[in-house]
Amino acid sequence: MSVTAPDPVSGLPRWSVLGLLPGLNLLAAFAACGLIVLLAGEHPWQAVQVLVGGAFGSAEAVGYTLFYATSFIFTGLAVAVAFQCGLFNIGGEGQALIGGLGVALVCLHLDFLPFLLLLPVAIAAAALFGAAWAFVPAVLQARRGSHIVITTIMFNFIATSIMVYLLVNVMSPAGSMQPETRAFAEHARLPYVHEVAGALGWELPSSPLNVSLILALLCCAGVWLFVWHTRAGYRTRVVGANPAAAVFGGISPGAQVVVAMTLSGALAGCMSLNELMGVQHRLVLEFTGGFGFVGIAVALMGRGHPAGIVPAAVLFGALYQGGAELAFEIPAITRDMVVVIQGLVILFAGALEYMFVPALRPFLVRRAVD
Amino acid sequence: MEILLAAVVVLDSTLRLATPLILAALAGLFSERSGIIDIGLEGKMLGAAFAAGCVAAVTGSAWVGLTAAIAASVLLALLHGYACITHRGNQVVSGLAINILVSGLTAFLAVAWFAQGGRTPQLPDSARFLSMEWPGADVLDAVPIVGVVYGELLSGHNVIVYLTWLAVPAVALALYRTRFGLRLRAVGENPFAVDTAGVSVSGVRYRALVCAGVLCGLAGAYLALAQSAGFLRDMTAGKGYIALAALIFGNWRPVPAMLACLLFGCLDAVSIRLQGASLPGLGEVPVQLVQALPYVLTVVLLAGFVGRGVAPKAIGVPYTKEG
Repeated sequence: MSVTAPDPVSGLPRWSVLGLLPGLNLLAAFAACGLIVLLAGEHPWQAVQVLVGGAFGSAEAVGYTLFYATSFIFTGLAVAVAFQCGLFNIGGEGQALIGGLGVALVCLHLDFLPFLLLLPVAIAAAALFGAAWAFVPAVLQARRGSHIVITTIMFNFIATSIMVYLLVNVMSPAGSMQPETRAFAEHARLPYVHEVAGALGWELPSSPLNVSLILALLCCAGVWLFVWHTRAGYRTRVVGANPAAAVFGGISPGAQVVVAMTLSGALAGCMSLNELMGVQHRLVLEFTGGFGFVGIAVALMGRGHPAGIVPAAVLFGALYQGGAELAFEIPAITRDMVVVIQGLVILFAGALEYMFVPALRPFLVRRAVD
Repeated sequence: MEILLAAVVVLDSTLRLATPLILAALAGLFSERSGIIDIGLEGKMLGAAFAAGCVAAVTGSAWVGLTAAIAASVLLALLHGYACITHRGNQVVSGLAINILVSGLTAFLAVAWFAQGGRTPQLPDSARFLSMEWPGADVLDAVPIVGVVYGELLSGHNVIVYLTWLAVPAVALALYRTRFGLRLRAVGENPFAVDTAGVSVSGVRYRALVCAGVLCGLAGAYLALAQSAGFLRDMTAGKGYIALAALIFGNWRPVPAMLACLLFGCLDAVSIRLQGASLPGLGEVPVQLVQALPYVLTVVLLAGFVGRGVAPKAIGVPYTKEG
């Protein structure tokens, strides 16, 4: 199809596109959520108070919020990088699983290495395994034209099957019925932030927040540098914006698809560092917990930019942590509420992104003319 | 004789397991042939199963439950249409949003309304679709082969299974032999031509989505009212995605898609039977890997190593009326 749709936001002032519309979409998502809480027979405002208190009410709560946010930064960045190339990577879940396999193999079999050597190897393994799992769909898209959305979905299921097989039949210690590996050695675990702070004489309550948050923030900076300040990043954005123009400008879209997807898979794979080396200290089934899909909501809300992804990840971290508190305080509101919000955010900030444009256009454009 | 009996048992459970897949794949056929990507089969089925479970539990009638399932699924399909057709939103994002939203919402409401850990109350037999014995099954039972085939394979399913057997030819007829089917296919291949002919592209696509909603409603009702006795948290367990895979595997055509569903259903049935069993010469069969086969096969097919999938041309492209 050579005819492309006109840009729905053309002619609107920049502040409204970057601030007003995303704000309204988010508001719509939360309003819909409030209605659903009413449907369950509870008070939305009370729920919000418990949720915010549960997410930010104490230093421990903030630690949990940031722990979840760390995973969401990784998966959000993964989705965002692919987005820049016009690709929709639904496979974050599978890439994180396989990344976790890489981390576990290193932590279980190379733990004769000291921590400072083990850590970079584990990070490399997480990134490499995740990247490899994204590489196959990328090449199939670039070379054979198979739709990346479908292949990444299929690869999620294949990854789950492989992990179940490995954990049940191969990697669980002999005689154990649990589908999990043995625990990692003491020095194959990431230090908690409260441990590091304690060593520096700063008392913090214990929480699962660990040093992988630093790696997540470094990845944000890395993605920002790559996408907006390198040639490869520029080519990626051109392919994302207009593949035909890219070909005309001498850029091979296929090569960029592979670059963007492997980077995306590497970022998703790194999520497993936070979960496995940080907290679980062993490889367990389903440690990804749907966080690959949260990354999609985070990337949409953060509009594909690291500066937007970090606050969006913290918001979702707050929802996960506050949601646990909420389920405890008001038993009728389970943690599934967070999944509902996630779906609504993807709906309103993603699929219905421009829903308010027709209604708002007369106001915004007239003001711009004045 | 024993092998025959085992084969009949596997075939019988293949039919049961393939039924929701076939219904969902036919649903996907309607949306995708009209040019709308339908990742949301999973969510529509799950929403329908929840509505069926709730309403059947409250009213005590399977048929009212089925109606509610269809209504819920059609509403979700219309939401998909509102995002993708009216607002020209991204179809993949919209479908995914529906899947995630429904997965959370059904579990949330089930706990809030019934407080049974995310399921709806256990349904009595009177509020379910039970298997129907065909006349003469007990008489023919004594006849070798015929008796087994008639009694086990043909007879003894519930009404939705038989509806599914009718649905396949009906959908094929609608798609290839009616005016609506022609327009539907045209809209998925070249919406501009359809628009030029004075037919509303949005109208055809909305109607296609409603058809998809009805079929997913049937699939969801099957899960909650026939296969199980009520709704269970995330009870679709990826069936919507397998149906999507089968649709692609069947090259977006009704009969091949049905055959793909039967193949995937058969793999599922075999893997259930193989659980813990060990075959001579092969040792214990890794069941998980058998379960992954539908996905692997679909990837291989999509990559064009075996045959070539030809998707509707205009799939995924929002239609913008010119002028």
